[in-house]
Amino acid sequence: MAREIYQAIVDGILVGGVYALMAVGLTLIFGVLDIINIAQGIMVILGAYLSYELAARLHIDLFLGLLVTVPAMFVIGVVIQVAFIRPLRGRERTSMTLLVTYAIALITEGILYQVYGPSYRQLTASYVISSVHIFGFYLPYIYLYGFALALVLVAALYMLLYRTRFGRSVRATMQDETAARLVGIDTNRVAAITFGIGIGVTAAGGMVYGATSGGFNPNSGYDLISRLLAIIILGGLGSIGGALVASVFMLTLESLVDVWQPQWAIVVFYAALVLVLVIRPTGFFGRSAVRAQ
Amino acid sequence: MRPNLPWLPKRAFALTGTAVLSVGVLAACSSSSSSSTSASSSASASSSTPITIGASLSLTGDFSADGQAYEKGYELWASDVNAKGGLLGHKVVLKILNDNSSPTQVATNYTTLISADHVNLTFGPFSSLLTAPADNTVAHYGYAFVEGAGGAPSVFTSSANEADHNIFDVSLPIKDEMVPFVNYIASLPTSQRPKTAAYPMADDPFADPPVQLAQQELQALGVKTVYSKIFPEEVADYKAPADQVAATGAQIVVLGSTDVPTVSAFMQAFEQQHYTPKLFIAAAGPDQGAAFISVVGKGNAVGMMVPDGWYPGYDSASSKAVVNEYVAKYGGTASGVNADVAEAYSVGQVMAEAVAATGGTDNAKIISYLHSGVTLSSVQGPVKFDSLGENNASAAFVFQWQDGGTQFNQVLPSNSGGSVPIIATKPAWTS
Repeated sequence: MAREIYQAIVDGILVGGVYALMAVGLTLIFGVLDIINIAQGIMVILGAYLSYELAARLHIDLFLGLLVTVPAMFVIGVVIQVAFIRPLRGRERTSMTLLVTYAIALITEGILYQVYGPSYRQLTASYVISSVHIFGFYLPYIYLYGFALALVLVAALYMLLYRTRFGRSVRATMQDETAARLVGIDTNRVAAITFGIGIGVTAAGGMVYGATSGGFNPNSGYDLISRLLAIIILGGLGSIGGALVASVFMLTLESLVDVWQPQWAIVVFYAALVLVLVIRPTGFFGRSAVRAQ
Repeated sequence: MRPNLPWLPKRAFALTGTAVLSVGVLAACSSSSSSSTSASSSASASSSTPITIGASLSLTGDFSADGQAYEKGYELWASDVNAKGGLLGHKVVLKILNDNSSPTQVATNYTTLISADHVNLTFGPFSSLLTAPADNTVAHYGYAFVEGAGGAPSVFTSSANEADHNIFDVSLPIKDEMVPFVNYIASLPTSQRPKTAAYPMADDPFADPPVQLAQQELQALGVKTVYSKIFPEEVADYKAPADQVAATGAQIVVLGSTDVPTVSAFMQAFEQQHYTPKLFIAAAGPDQGAAFISVVGKGNAVGMMVPDGWYPGYDSASSKAVVNEYVAKYGGTASGVNADVAEAYSVGQVMAEAVAATGGTDNAKIISYLHSGVTLSSVQGPVKFDSLGENNASAAFVFQWQDGGTQFNQVLPSNSGGSVPIIATKPAWTS
């Protein structure tokens, strides 16, 4: 039994890294723009398809392909923000952004269905199925690389937000958009770039998801969005590091429950969310704490 | 306070645009419909009132791969019927609505098809999960519900079907699907019989009953159960349950799966854990033809087994004709034809025989006829319904990917016509 528990913890941490890659963009977008991006799930899948195109047609390595897919997704994010999000103003802005991002999800899904059909795709590479043997456990390289990538991305986003002039603009916009505008910050530009970054980093999550999920099709995004939202709420809305911590915490918990009673895994996942929020309503790294950093 | 900017026109634009966009997309995607008239070359058919047949299919959502294969099967059948003059001289028109794999939407769709579109006949949706709620509606209107993918025991014992006896599943009853596999294990000399088995199952009315029956019977044969758990279908990642199975080192894995990704994820995790079970059979997934091979790869597919009542190499003239027609119309190879296509085609064939025999589309007469004990024919083989609509004439087979993942062969029962020798030990993973 002890071995099963250790295995479950290892699995939870590794899978948590994959979910962190998918969640950081979502929490960044919410933190800066107050937007719940319902399209995050389909953006993950879009990222997976872009990686698939590069790998299957051009034989470009999955990680190397991120040099193309991340900028491509960044551009897509900027276009979405400028064309569909920016025009929304007024009291109903939040609810309208929910509708708009949902519409974007449906449109993107429809386009992917037209292009690829419903058949499943899988990203493959030698490191997807090979693993390293450490302390009696086989650790798949794809999960190890994915976890390392999550750490790098979180660190890079921290550097961007807290060590650059653009980061100061972003944090000023997070704290008070009107005040930021009054001191000369181009908040429209900040919003567009931030949304672009949020979607861009999702390309990395899409690539790792596409290699580890057992197959994806245009519909696969729907199963993701509720978990990703739970993760960013638990981590503290807007907290990049919180998304990573919450991903690892939630997926490890789910993996542990899986050892005894898998049918309870999802129940415990969301019960843990409720419990933590009762004790700490702002999540692990609450929003006020995030903005004060 | 926001600065007083002239934002109203933009907001109005955004509101209108969003509303139009949402409504348009929802209309296009969530409840999209398609009518296929499958143009007939027959003059007599085009000159008469068409017979409209309604079906709800999962063209999007979790079952979209199967739903779209079903759509092709229905359309192939309608095309063939119309090419021969239609049903009783009436052209067949299919009215297909998309249920987005939703048990709620499927019931709504059949209400629409029957009460608003006034279809003459109904064909079933994909999966047991959707057939049961759909039948509550269809039975209420007194329609015969001929289907090919609602084989879970819970479908036949639903209150609606027990009251109206209107469900007719043309495919193999799923509970007994694994019996040939169990019989194969029983036929092995005790010294060669696998000693341990694992039974991971997705929480699904289709996937679990055959696996649970197999577990019960294998245990009776002395095969020790080392893992038997049901995991949610919306699990975050299959790595944890798959790793647990791998840790047991079970010689047999009987996977209660509903789709390709579940099987693929288990295969991938097993390979990562350097574990290859001696025998690996899944309730669904390997039967998806090219859709399965493209995800798991040809090499890894070798030795993978799946129970079913039909495969593309099925030795029947009508089956071969449909396979050839499918390949000609949609491309690919015969081995890549999805079993869903044959199931859907069989639905049409059975309904056509009932319409011909009763001389019209009176659903009460059709229900009575299908319960009369008559044996019908389909591309999947003979069809004969019991009192709850299960096809008791169908035979269970087990199929296996062989020859480097290029051939999907019938291997069990080993003494059945058409069976080739089974690969008794699954080769190591080849990625």
